[in-house]
Amino acid sequence: MKNILRVKRWAILPAFTLLLLVSGCAELTVLDPKGPVGESQKELIVFSIILMLLIVAVVFIAFTYMIVKYRERPGRDEKDYDPDHHGNTKLEIVWTVIPLIIVTALSIPTVTTIYELEEPPESSSDKDPLVVYATAADWKWFFSYPEEGIETVNYLHIPTDRAVEFRLSSADSMASIWIPALGGQKYNMAGMENTLYLQADEEGTYQGRNSNYNGSGFAEQTFEVHAESEEDFESWAEEVQNEAPQLTQEEYDSLLTPGLLEEMEFSSTHLDYVDHGTNEGRDYLIERHKGAFEEPLHLKGGRGVEDE
Amino acid sequence: MVSIVLVSIAIVFVLTYFKKWGWLWREWITTVDHKKIGIMYIIAALAMLFRGGVDALLMRTQLTLPGMEFLDSQHYNEIFTTHGTIMIIFMAMPFLIGLMNYIVPLQIGARDVAFPFLNALSFWSFAFGAMIFNLSFVIGGSPDAGWTSYTPMAGAALNPGPAQNYYLIGLQVAGIGTLATGINFMVTILKMRAPGMNMMRLPIFTWSTFITSFIIVFAFPILTVALALMTIDRIFGSHFFTLTGEGMPMMWANLFWLWGHPEVYIVILPAFGIFSEVISTFARKQLFGYKAMVYSMVVIAGLSFIVWVHHFFTMGAGGGVNSFFSITTMLIAVPTGVKIFNWLGTMYKGRIRFDTPMLWSLAFIPCFVIGGVTGVMLAMAAADYQYHNTYFLVAHFHYVLIAGTVFGCFAGLTFWYPKMFGHKMNEKLGKISFWLFVIGFNVCFFPMYFLGFAGMPRRTYTIEPEWMPLNVTASIGAVLMAIGFAVFVYNIYYSFRYSKRETHGDTWDGRALEWATTTPVPFYNFATVPKVEGPEAYWILKEKGGTTYEKDKVEPIHMPSDSGIPFIMMAFMFVASFGLIWEWMWMAIPGIIGVLVCMVIRSFDYDDGFYVSVKEIKRIEEKAREGEQ
Repeated sequence: MKNILRVKRWAILPAFTLLLLVSGCAELTVLDPKGPVGESQKELIVFSIILMLLIVAVVFIAFTYMIVKYRERPGRDEKDYDPDHHGNTKLEIVWTVIPLIIVTALSIPTVTTIYELEEPPESSSDKDPLVVYATAADWKWFFSYPEEGIETVNYLHIPTDRAVEFRLSSADSMASIWIPALGGQKYNMAGMENTLYLQADEEGTYQGRNSNYNGSGFAEQTFEVHAESEEDFESWAEEVQNEAPQLTQEEYDSLLTPGLLEEMEFSSTHLDYVDHGTNEGRDYLIERHKGAFEEPLHLKGGRGVEDE
Repeated sequence: MVSIVLVSIAIVFVLTYFKKWGWLWREWITTVDHKKIGIMYIIAALAMLFRGGVDALLMRTQLTLPGMEFLDSQHYNEIFTTHGTIMIIFMAMPFLIGLMNYIVPLQIGARDVAFPFLNALSFWSFAFGAMIFNLSFVIGGSPDAGWTSYTPMAGAALNPGPAQNYYLIGLQVAGIGTLATGINFMVTILKMRAPGMNMMRLPIFTWSTFITSFIIVFAFPILTVALALMTIDRIFGSHFFTLTGEGMPMMWANLFWLWGHPEVYIVILPAFGIFSEVISTFARKQLFGYKAMVYSMVVIAGLSFIVWVHHFFTMGAGGGVNSFFSITTMLIAVPTGVKIFNWLGTMYKGRIRFDTPMLWSLAFIPCFVIGGVTGVMLAMAAADYQYHNTYFLVAHFHYVLIAGTVFGCFAGLTFWYPKMFGHKMNEKLGKISFWLFVIGFNVCFFPMYFLGFAGMPRRTYTIEPEWMPLNVTASIGAVLMAIGFAVFVYNIYYSFRYSKRETHGDTWDGRALEWATTTPVPFYNFATVPKVEGPEAYWILKEKGGTTYEKDKVEPIHMPSDSGIPFIMMAFMFVASFGLIWEWMWMAIPGIIGVLVCMVIRSFDYDDGFYVSVKEIKRIEEKAREGEQ
C-alpha cells in the first residue's frame, strides 16, 4: 500500500507541472519575447528545457524502477539480491561521458549567443542604434537621449525595429536594468559604463524594472517602455524638446535625493553636468546627499505608492 | 523580538527552578567531548531553522496577495536578509558540522577529534556569533542589505547605523569557529584513523567531511578578509569598497562569491555523504562505485573555486569571461550526475527498507535532480541574463539547498538519532512530517520557476496581480512545510517520552564503525580500537564476530580535561563585538583584552588530560553491554 502511494506521488508531479504550464503560459513574459534579443534568449532557454526534461525523465524512470523492483516485500526471492555488488566500470563511464556530451551540446549555443548579445541585433544592422543613457538612482530611473537632447524619468519611448544601445550606469548603489519582454538584463554600476542592446519588434507598452536589490525603495523602481513606430517616436521626441522644461543642475540634484519619483520629462539631459558612468562622476550623489540615507522608506502595499 | 525575549526569560526560569545551572556548566558548557559538542551544534541549528522558517513564513504571507500591507518594505528587506544569512551560516553549516562532530571520530575509530579544546572554542564562537546576529532584531535594527550585502549599498554612506555591522561582526565571529573546525577535521581524519583504515577505506561520510574541510580551509580566509575590509570601511572610514575615494565596490561581489560559491559545496558535500551512508544501509548493499563517489567529490570541490563569476554574469565582463564561467559551471553537473547514478546503482539488486531516514534520502534524488538541471540552465550565461535575480533563481537554490542540505540534515539526524540519544525517533510521526514537508516543499518552490519566467524579481516586497495564483500556491506549500517541521519537533519530544530504549549499539544493521560501540556511546568511544580490514569496517567485523571490547586488551585511556576557557573567551569576544558594532571603543578594547588574557591563560595551561582506569572502563562496558548478548 505504502509503495502504491509512493508511485502515485511521482505521477502527481508531472500532472501538476502540466496544469501550471497550461494555466500560466499566457503570462510567462520571458517565453513570449517581443524582440530579437529576447527571442534568441528564449530559443536557448527552450532548447535547454528540452534537454533537461530528457535527463529528468531518465533519472525519474530509473529511480522509480529501482525503488519498485528492489523494495523489500514479502515473498521476494533472494536471487536478485546481491549485497556485495559494488560497481560497474562500464556503466560508470557511460554516465560520465553522456553528461559530458550534453554539456558540450549546451556550451556551443551558449557561447555563440553570449557573443551575439554583445553586438546590436542582426535584423536592424542597416540602422544606427538609438543611444539611451540609463542611469539608476535610489529609487528611480533617468533616461537620457543625447542625440535628441531630452531626458525622461521613470519611462521610456523607443522606436520599433531599431536597436537601442543602452549605456548603463548608476548614481549610487548597484542596480540592474531588466525589460523581460525585450531581453535580459545587465548591471548599472557607478563609475563604470555597461552596454546593453535591446530591440522591440512589436509596438506596445512593456514593463521594465530594476531587478538587483538596492534598498528600501527597490520594489517600486520600475518604469514603462513605450515601443512605437519611428514616426511616432520622432514626434514624441519633438514634443518633449519643445514643451518640457530644461533640467537645471539644481533641479537634477534635488531629483537625486533618495526616494520615489513620478514620470517626468525634460528638454535637456543631466549629462551636461555629470556622467555617473565615469570615475569623476561616481561620488556625485554621495557628496550631495550624505545624510539622506538614514531614514529608510517604509513603503506599504505596492504599486502606485509614489502617487500619494 | 518579543518572542526572543520571552524564550530567553523562560529558559533562565526553567534552569533556575530545577537548579540546573551547575549541571549545565559542568556537563555542557565546559565540555570538550566531540559528541556533546555535536549535539549542541544540532540543537542550536534546529533553533535557527525555526527562526529562519518563521522569517520565511512572514515573507510568504506578505507575498501571497498583491497589495498586502502585512510587512512594509523595510521590514521585509530585513527579514529576507536574516532569513538567508541564518539559513546558510547559522543553520545549514552548524547542523552538518554537528553531525560531523558526533559521527566522524566514531567512524574512523578515534576517541576524540585532534584538538578537543579548539573544537569547543569553535562551537562557542559559532554560538556567540549567532547570538550577536540575532541580537540585531532586538537592539539597533536588523541588517537589510541582503545576505550577499553588496557594496556600495551595504557601505556606510548608503547604509548608516549599526545594523550592517551586526552582519559583518556576527559572521566574522562565527567564521573563525568554522575555519578552526575545518583545520580540526582535516587533522583528525589524517592523523587519528584506527589501525588499518587507509584513505580508501574511509566511510563515505568521513570522506565528504574531509573534502569539506579542505574547502573550508581554502574558502573561509577569503570571507574573513572581505568582512574585515568592509568592517574597517564602515567603522574606521577606509575606502576598500566605497564609491568615494579609490574604493572598488565590485571587489566585494568577487570576494564574497569567491567564498560564497565554495560555501554552497560546504553545505552540500556532507549531505551527499549522509545520503550515501543511508542509501547503502537501507538498500542493504555496498555503496556503488565508492571510488567514483570519492573522486567526484574531489572534482566538485576543485570546480567550486572556479565558478564564482556565474553569480554576476550580468556584470558586463564580456564574452570570454562569461563563456569560461558558463562552461566550468556546467561541468559541475558531470560529477554530480555520476553521484546520482551511483546512488541509483546502490539500490540496484538491493533490498530496500523504507524507514524515515531512507525516505528523506530517496526524496532527495528526484528533487535534487530538478534543482540540478535548472542549475545547468542558469549556468548558460546568455539565458541567465533573463533568469538573473528572478524567482527562477530562488526556486533553483531552494531546490538544491532544501532537497540537498535540509533533507540531508533530517536524514542524518533520524539515522544517527538512536546513536546520539539511545532511542529511535517515532516512525509514524517521522513519516507524517516527511510527507508534509516534501509535498509542501514541491508545492512551495516549483511554482517559483514559472514566476521567474513571468518576470517576478527576487527580494521584492510586493507582487503584481498577474503573479498572484502562483504565489498563493507557493504560500500554501510553505504552510505545509511549516506543519511538517512542527511535527518533526513534536516527534523529538514524543520519542523522548515514549520510544523504546535501544539496548544494542547497532540499530539499523549498519556498516561503518560508529555502530560498533554501545548505545549510549561511552565518553571514550571505543574500549579497544578495532583493526580495520577493509571498507565498511564494521560489516567485516560483524561477519568475523569481532568486537570493540576485547576484555584482555583493555588499557588505560587518555582523555582531555574539560575547560571553561572556550566559553569565557568567546563571551569576551561577544562583549568586544557588541562594542565594535556600536563603535564604542571603551567597550570593544576591554573585550579584546579579555580574549587575549584567555589565550595567555590557556598557553600556560599544562593540564593535558587524565587517564581512565581499566577497572572503570570494564565497569562502563559491562553495564552498557548487558542488554546486547
